[in-house]
Amino acid sequence: MQFCSLIKAAWTVFRKDLRCEFRTPLNFSILMIFAVTVLMVVSFAVGGIALDPTLLAALLWVMLFFTAMTGVARAYVQEEETGTALVLRLATDSAAIYIGKVLYSFVLLVGVAIVVVPLYLVLFSVAPAMPLALAATVVLGCLGIAVTGTTFSAIVAQVTAQGSLMTVLSFPVMLPLLWIAISTTSTAFAGSNLVALAPDLAFMFFYSGMTFVASLVLVEYL
Amino acid sequence: MIWKYAMGLFMAAVIIASFLLVPPTQGLGDMGRIIVYHVPTAWVAVLAYLMSMVHSVAFLRTGDMLRDRKAAIAAGLGTLFCVLATVTGAIWARGAWGMFWNWDPRQTSVFLLLMLYVAYFALRASVQDPDRRAKLAAVYAILAFLTVPFLVFVVPRVYPTLHPNLINVTERRYEMDSIIRLVFLSSVVAFTGLYLWMFDLRLRAENILDQLERERGN
Repeated sequence: MQFCSLIKAAWTVFRKDLRCEFRTPLNFSILMIFAVTVLMVVSFAVGGIALDPTLLAALLWVMLFFTAMTGVARAYVQEEETGTALVLRLATDSAAIYIGKVLYSFVLLVGVAIVVVPLYLVLFSVAPAMPLALAATVVLGCLGIAVTGTTFSAIVAQVTAQGSLMTVLSFPVMLPLLWIAISTTSTAFAGSNLVALAPDLAFMFFYSGMTFVASLVLVEYL
Repeated sequence: MIWKYAMGLFMAAVIIASFLLVPPTQGLGDMGRIIVYHVPTAWVAVLAYLMSMVHSVAFLRTGDMLRDRKAAIAAGLGTLFCVLATVTGAIWARGAWGMFWNWDPRQTSVFLLLMLYVAYFALRASVQDPDRRAKLAAVYAILAFLTVPFLVFVVPRVYPTLHPNLINVTERRYEMDSIIRLVFLSSVVAFTGLYLWMFDLRLRAENILDQLERERGN
């Protein structure tokens, strides 16, 4: 498929998923409720204890990761459930479907992060020393999770134990990204200089890129 | 046939040499000899995972189910050697650091390697159709191997770790004397031979099982 037609087809798939989501905002609602619930539980459990930046960063990413596992899995799973998977595969290229679904998952995760991350900062009384770095980390982390999660969604859509298998398959592959995200977020909370964070942010971007490119090739076989 | 006996004798010689030629390590005493077993098992685990990825790529290109069988066997043996590397590493850590496990970056990365391939077998177990199972497992094996270089080579060098480095990259030299290096490298060759022999055995057994299944089906 030519590059322009690929991008056009991917954009169509993205718009289709977004339109379906606006009609019945099931995925977004579930993700939001899940994230807020986890946040409330953690905040309640921790109480007024002052936590160090590393623990704060780890809790934030644990919350975002499990929220993503709840929502990103549905990228391909809902196509199988509604019986539209085959029609979609006939309508366009697997790569275009994958790109469209990654865009959709990314928008979904960023939408949740826009609400949940400020709420997290308020509940834990955190004033990040480097808010721009925090924002960049969250966006790049959501990108990486969207890319990897969508690929594993395509895998688990074809198996029976979908829910639990998604987390089991995704976590080891996503862990390098999460590891760096936690480290970068911790630095963004505590404060440092942006130049020191640049390699970590670059790693997150290139890790997502590497997984994206590999998935573009592999998704043809799913 | 002959190479199997030769490898057996070679492995026996390596084991004997590890006790007779490798001196006790300063600070660790006799426990320092574990390096002759621990590092080769870790090396073989990574080699096995690489072979699993290679066979998975070959399966996706050709559709040959024999390649899927080889990929699964390689992943299984890789997991076995990874468990051995983890256990021997923990034993060494007890002697060197005073505790079996302390989430050192090297220990964390090998644990994640184990999780990666346990997930591979969880995926295989959850699909009944052989063709679909082979495709999904092949895709996962390729994706999983993308993280292996990061976990094995990058993490222990970027994050502060207590785990010793056998090779000084900046000065381009081994951090062990010539006798220990000889026994160590011989052990790497012996364990690689052991892996190849075990792979061959498993493959033959799986081929026979597959043939019996097909005959039962007919």
